[in-house]
Amino acid sequence: MTALSTKHLLGIKDLTPDDINLILDTAESFKEVINRPIKKVPSLRDLTIANLFFENSTRTKLSFELAEKRLSADVINFAASSSSVKKGETLIDTVNNILAMKVDMVVMRHPNPGAAVFLSKHIDAKIVNAGDGAHEHPTQALLDAFSIKQTLGSVKGKKIAIIGDILHSRVALSNIFCLQKLGAEVMVCGPTTLIPKYIESLGVKVENNLRKALEWCDVANMLRIQLERQDIKFFPSLREYTMLFGLNKEILDSLSKKIVVMHPGPINRGVEITSDVADSDQSIILEQVENGVAVRMAVLFLLAGRG
Amino acid sequence: MMKPRIILDSKHFEITVTRLCYQLIEVHNDFSNTVIIGLQPRGIYLAKRIQTKLQEILKKKDIKCGSLDITFYRDDFRKKELVPNRTEIDFIIEDKNVIMVDDVLFTGRTIRAGLDAMLAFGRPNDVELLVLIDRRLSRHLPIQAKYVGKTIDSIISEKVVVEWKETDKSDKVTLISN
Repeated sequence: MTALSTKHLLGIKDLTPDDINLILDTAESFKEVINRPIKKVPSLRDLTIANLFFENSTRTKLSFELAEKRLSADVINFAASSSSVKKGETLIDTVNNILAMKVDMVVMRHPNPGAAVFLSKHIDAKIVNAGDGAHEHPTQALLDAFSIKQTLGSVKGKKIAIIGDILHSRVALSNIFCLQKLGAEVMVCGPTTLIPKYIESLGVKVENNLRKALEWCDVANMLRIQLERQDIKFFPSLREYTMLFGLNKEILDSLSKKIVVMHPGPINRGVEITSDVADSDQSIILEQVENGVAVRMAVLFLLAGRG
Repeated sequence: MMKPRIILDSKHFEITVTRLCYQLIEVHNDFSNTVIIGLQPRGIYLAKRIQTKLQEILKKKDIKCGSLDITFYRDDFRKKELVPNRTEIDFIIEDKNVIMVDDVLFTGRTIRAGLDAMLAFGRPNDVELLVLIDRRLSRHLPIQAKYVGKTIDSIISEKVVVEWKETDKSDKVTLISN
């Protein structure tokens, strides 16, 4: 296979396993590129890419921007907080105005689920979803799968537990789709209030006991408690959450095997994960960040190649 | 379709590779400051073959040979779908004499991309091109090889197929006309 089956990257749900494998294989080539003395290739030198961030982001925004620059694309950045969105402009108007300046691709993060799909139906540019509300975050899932593949050799047959705030997490949903398409087993673990009611229909296991989840898995993907998305109280206190679902060195060392610890960031040290775990040799959190650039380069490269 | 014409059979293939090696030794002596870089995907077989043969002739084991992928540097990206290969260069090419190796020299565009791609690994002292087959009437760019296995005259619609015993059972070069 040499081309993606899709023109946009809106979510992992639309990708075939072949698409995902093509992206991961291409990302390996780009990982070699970004470890060279000269980290730049001229592949996208004739393209202009707009990064539209209607929601705050550090890692994803920097990672996309670096990926674009290392592919030699021209980059324009847009943050909703300092733009005319505040003056009442609609999403389509904002984007069409940006496209009128001859932009070829749009990377967008938006607080509303489905924003990227909506945009892809109304405008004539390639869209990469960099997170839409609590729906999907496809490049994060791809870089997580890539990191698992690099650490454990393959994703197929591995057991991955996603632990924490599943309800508000786009990372969880994209990860479930991506890992299942690659043949992994997925479990979600967290307080019942933070696990979506019908999540079993996606074919994942559900567990409320952290220790049981950790004993079962090869990889634990710890998620942040998204307080900014929680309008009601889902658990009595952060302290209680940490006691029941926080990953600390004591639990990690008491497990019967060595598991891999991941986190999509930003981490709340001392809440879902303690510092000594986050900085331990079982944690691949910083590798995930490095791989993020390579994976995003692969996504942009492959989408651009689709005429 | 006409019957494929054999340009090099396995015996002449071997003779040609050996001759290319002796030509290289004439210029580069003991290869102490010279490295070989094969272009992905098909040039790496010739590069490896030449490395092995040179080590055999010179009785030394440290002739450096790397493979370079040029996908990200091509000028026909987005005109066709391309899948990148591995780049493996675990030495520095700064101030080295580089022998760039590919199987067939056709339009010259691959070599152009290869020269660009190589600059990411340093500034070589000198770069020479070695090819197994030179399709001399098909060039789009002012690029010529210094070492040539065999020169052939062919038209654009014809296709040169190089087979390697590593992947295709035997060493063979054929010309196919459509």
